[in-house]
Amino acid sequence: MYSEKVMDHFQNPRNVGEIEDASGVGTVGNAKCGDIMRMYLDIDENGVIREARFKTFGCGAAVATSSMATELVKGKTVQEALQVTNRAVMEALDGLPPVKVHCSLLAEEAIHAALWDYAEKNHIVIEGLEKPKADIHEGEEEEEY
Amino acid sequence: MIYLDNAATTKTAPEVVEAMLPYFSEQFGNPSAIYSLGSAAKKAVNRAKRTIAAAIGAKQEEIYFTAGGTEADNWALKAAAEAYANRGKHIITTKIEHHAVLHTCEYLEQRGYEITYLDVDSEGLVDPEALRAAIRPDTILISVMFANNEIGTIEPIGEIGAIAKEHGILFHTDAVQVFGQIPIDADGLHIDMLSASGHKMNGPKGIGFLYIRSGLKLRSFIHGGAQERNRRAGTENVPGIVGLEAAAARALGMMEAKSAKETELRDYLIERIEKEIPYCRLNGHRTKRLPGNVNFSFLYVEGESILIMLDMKGICASSGSACTSGALDPSHVLLALGLKHEEAHGSLRLTLSEENTKEELDYVVEALKETVGKLRAMSPLYEDFIRKGTERDN
Repeated sequence: MYSEKVMDHFQNPRNVGEIEDASGVGTVGNAKCGDIMRMYLDIDENGVIREARFKTFGCGAAVATSSMATELVKGKTVQEALQVTNRAVMEALDGLPPVKVHCSLLAEEAIHAALWDYAEKNHIVIEGLEKPKADIHEGEEEEEY
Repeated sequence: MIYLDNAATTKTAPEVVEAMLPYFSEQFGNPSAIYSLGSAAKKAVNRAKRTIAAAIGAKQEEIYFTAGGTEADNWALKAAAEAYANRGKHIITTKIEHHAVLHTCEYLEQRGYEITYLDVDSEGLVDPEALRAAIRPDTILISVMFANNEIGTIEPIGEIGAIAKEHGILFHTDAVQVFGQIPIDADGLHIDMLSASGHKMNGPKGIGFLYIRSGLKLRSFIHGGAQERNRRAGTENVPGIVGLEAAAARALGMMEAKSAKETELRDYLIERIEKEIPYCRLNGHRTKRLPGNVNFSFLYVEGESILIMLDMKGICASSGSACTSGALDPSHVLLALGLKHEEAHGSLRLTLSEENTKEELDYVVEALKETVGKLRAMSPLYEDFIRKGTERDN
């Protein structure tokens, strides 16, 4: 069902974990759908992503896309990271089964959510970045109950 | 490989394959034919009916072969709904039925029937009193599964049958997970229709049967020739039927020993998992449970991930996670028990056979411990849970 790259990133996920005092943290997805991704970014004073880590609750594709997303944004500037789309994540993984495409969207959202958090903490505006919609801390209560 | 998905399908037993083979080659005749080659096949079909009828205390003419459990469920529900439409259009079933029943009910709803879906308790049991309360003057059919395929809970079929009989309402049960596993007495349990399948008890795929109590006026489901007393057209799947018979005979012969062995393995596995893996929940009833069924939710992890990791360790299992069904929602059965979505997403079903060993299960427990531990280490839900716990402790 999955490509070799997806299986590799699922079995040996890169950058799993947390970053203490991260520059930005974003959590997207919800338990209802079975996928939650949390991305941690450490961004230096020049706006370059020094480190990216993740934690994910979800299927094989969710873990693999999170892993690949952290790999793709590492070393990039905030603006460059914003250009990492779900398509780029999918291509880097040699594709995903159609039912799993939403996992790559979630990975893109996770990057955006972490960048949004970074922008808010630093009171800056990142051009082209919109407030991520899938942040579970936003609509969690009304959605679950 | 350790195969723990016997509720999905089973390995066809060698003696079953052996019994089937001649009916592909030298005994290939059409049972409807006049010449002796045909009548030999006819004889085999009738003998199979007698064997199967005897297994549930029924008569030969009450057994109708189908292409499997799903067809039997479809037939039972649609034909009963049609036959009794002049008496009413209300049907009672449960929230935890197999999709073969649930989706047929939805089909009937679109055609003007009203369906009551009974709740189950947190262990998956239907309350007979709730059933009694749901009965209306226009109720024409009750369909409650004998035992659930996901969580293994065995329903109080005798009580349900008695209530149906008392009210003169037709009672159908989906016994796909039960036939060949635990004894069934169709008469004693007041069952009017019963669906079963071959491949869940070491028989071939593509064959099953519907028991229809004599006297019920159910129309044909598949139209065509006069096979199966005009009720199920199409040349009989003779090798399949012979295989079903062989599997039924085999299952009956070893039922007690198989059940005892599986129950022992099941309880051993449940005990070890509960003892050694924290934050898990046994789904289904602890004792009113199919001998080979183990179903757990592992909190803070997702089922498909567990399955892939177990597969890499050579273990075949299944999950009620949405990801494994191709749908967005996790198992309707687990949600009906009152599980939260994330608990249902983290479910794992292990269904045993008598061929499994304790050594295999020991390996499975170790593999599971490692898998769940690894997945929790990367789970944001687990991270939040641990953080909350630490905050509380401080």
